[in-house]
Amino acid sequence: MRFIVCVKQVPESNDLKIDPNANRVLKKGVSTIINFFDQFVLEEASKIRKEGDEIIAISMGDSETKSTLMRCLALGADKAILLNDEKFLESDTFGTSNILAAALKKIGDYDIIFCGNSSLDTGSGQVGPEIAERLDLPQVTYTESIENVEIGKIKIKVQTDEGYSIIESELPLVIAGIPPSYYQPSIPPLPKIIAAQKKPFEVWNAEDIKGDKSKFGSAGSLIKIIKLYKPPKREQGIVITDEPKAAIEKLMELLNKDKVI
Amino acid sequence: MADNKDIWVFIEFKKNSIRGVSFEIIGKAKELAKKSNEKVCVVLLGSNVSKFCEDFSYHGIDRIYLCEDSILGEYLTETFSSILINLIKEYIPSILLFPATKLGRDLAPRIAAALETGLTADCIELDIQDGNLVQTRTVYGGNYLADIICPKNRPQMATVRPNVMERSEALEKNQPEIINVPIDIDPNQLKTKVTEKIETTVIDIKPIDEADVIVSGGRGIGSKENFKIIDELAGVLNAAVGASRAAVDAGWISKSCQVGQSGTVVCPNIYIACGISGTTQHLVGMKSSKKIIAINKDPNAPIFDVCDYGIVGDYKVIVPLLTEALKEKLSQD
Ligand SMILES: Cc1cc2nc3c(=O)[nH]c(=O)nc-3n(C[C@H](O)[C@H](O)[C@H](O)COP(=O)(O)OP(=O)(O)OC[C@H]3O[C@@H](n4cnc5c(N)ncnc54)[C@H](O)[C@@H]3O)c2cc1C
Repeated sequence: MRFIVCVKQVPESNDLKIDPNANRVLKKGVSTIINFFDQFVLEEASKIRKEGDEIIAISMGDSETKSTLMRCLALGADKAILLNDEKFLESDTFGTSNILAAALKKIGDYDIIFCGNSSLDTGSGQVGPEIAERLDLPQVTYTESIENVEIGKIKIKVQTDEGYSIIESELPLVIAGIPPSYYQPSIPPLPKIIAAQKKPFEVWNAEDIKGDKSKFGSAGSLIKIIKLYKPPKREQGIVITDEPKAAIEKLMELLNKDKVI
Repeated sequence: MADNKDIWVFIEFKKNSIRGVSFEIIGKAKELAKKSNEKVCVVLLGSNVSKFCEDFSYHGIDRIYLCEDSILGEYLTETFSSILINLIKEYIPSILLFPATKLGRDLAPRIAAALETGLTADCIELDIQDGNLVQTRTVYGGNYLADIICPKNRPQMATVRPNVMERSEALEKNQPEIINVPIDIDPNQLKTKVTEKIETTVIDIKPIDEADVIVSGGRGIGSKENFKIIDELAGVLNAAVGASRAAVDAGWISKSCQVGQSGTVVCPNIYIACGISGTTQHLVGMKSSKKIIAINKDPNAPIFDVCDYGIVGDYKVIVPLLTEALKEKLSQD
């Protein structure tokens, strides 16, 4: 089977500065990591792979995104593809899902397409379902684990408001994953990092993936950020350090006065 | 674009009742409709939902799109999206609002992609300016807010966070027009099905993202048994119980209670954090709560930087005292 994992490189910290001339954050020089949710689905894919299966990691991004894809190769992907072109810049989720869907069509013959349920920076959680619609595939989001997979069929455990559900789906499909609480991202050992250097790595541009270029990048973006700004600061709170009984009395007084309760 | 009119609200049901967030979105939709001189319509999909039409006739709603069929008893992306996409293409609304719940966040992007229109996730404010819906959401872990528009395409779509907008007040009864939406789904053609449901949390009251009050425990609680102390305080306040990831990891409480970046984002009126240090990943999930009360034995815990009221001390002593004090106070009122 062929598993394709869509990964995003995100800033390591969300403490970012704003570009005062444009409604975006400054990303130059900011250290980056693989989106936590994406690493989780990559590891899920590695868990269910059997002899003869293939895992391809794919990411749209600048040339520095190569480091994230190399990490994917060290974590178990067999091949990595970087989608890199000026025409891809400033894509919103509409543009991103169009670019990824075009690349996925070019790869073809996929059984499962994995996405993270969300990303740690802008976090809209839309790319997975949008890809699924463009490729006319079923989708399962909030996936916590894959229970069973066989030819043409898969059983998935998903998080719900009340707990969990088990969903059965035909293949191929798009899965968007969110880790269970006990998940710890693996750190690839050195030999795997070295072995990753020898794995196939390709760079594709807008020509390579074909598709409708008017739907890529800033030209194809449907949403526009008209203002990016700091949220209003919370007022400095009151921290009580008195003995327990006195502290509770003080707190109750404050809650009464401020009509909290 | 000129043909698009009306503001639609997708209604989510939970265990045979209407999710509270639906009325919050209706409240906002009415405000927007006044500005843009449009109608507010609701969309009801489900297996036994016509009985709820009555509930919507006290909110100034002009029209109900009703699609009732036993096949819709269980939410599936493929059934709900195919019905909605056809319906939207036929009646072309200008604005389409969904709750930012697990269901809404699964369904809305699928529809946006099919209709080739923009979508903004997790909105905390909506407004109309120059004919566009201005959608405000948090980005970069809550460090920034972004105002977003979708200038060229319609409908304008957004998912809206529970607990941030004012609920629609009931008005005098009106008679919304009901449009019965035909359904044409062959169950044998479906590609997905729900085969099992496992309930680990009892949600008699409300899911955590709709609770007015949340009492949360972290690693500092120390054990599963000790969560009883948290439960008791929650009981007095009729609150939901939340947790940090550390407490979930330790197996003391169910994952569906986790607040934060990889859990649920909540915005209750009161959030009480007990034995939670306040790491950025946790703060992202609760920072916009209206009032935050923190109890922690470490005076330098970062949770004290965001709280409105804090008590430095051992929660094992503080929380039972607080429970008692609140019990007394609430019995007087
Ligand atoms: C990608 C990623 C996603 C994450 N997502 C989430 C998320 O969604 N939600 C989340 O919560 N975390 C999340 N985390 C984990 C987060 O970084 C922290 O590990 C976690 O929030 C810590 O939980 P805590 O505050 O309960 O524990 P700690 O940080 O260990 O704090 C425990 C606190 O309890 C206090 N304490 C101890 N005993 C007592 C006592 N008797 N009385 C009073 N106070 C006491 C201590 O002073 C301390 O401040 C995520 C991490 C990563 C890397």
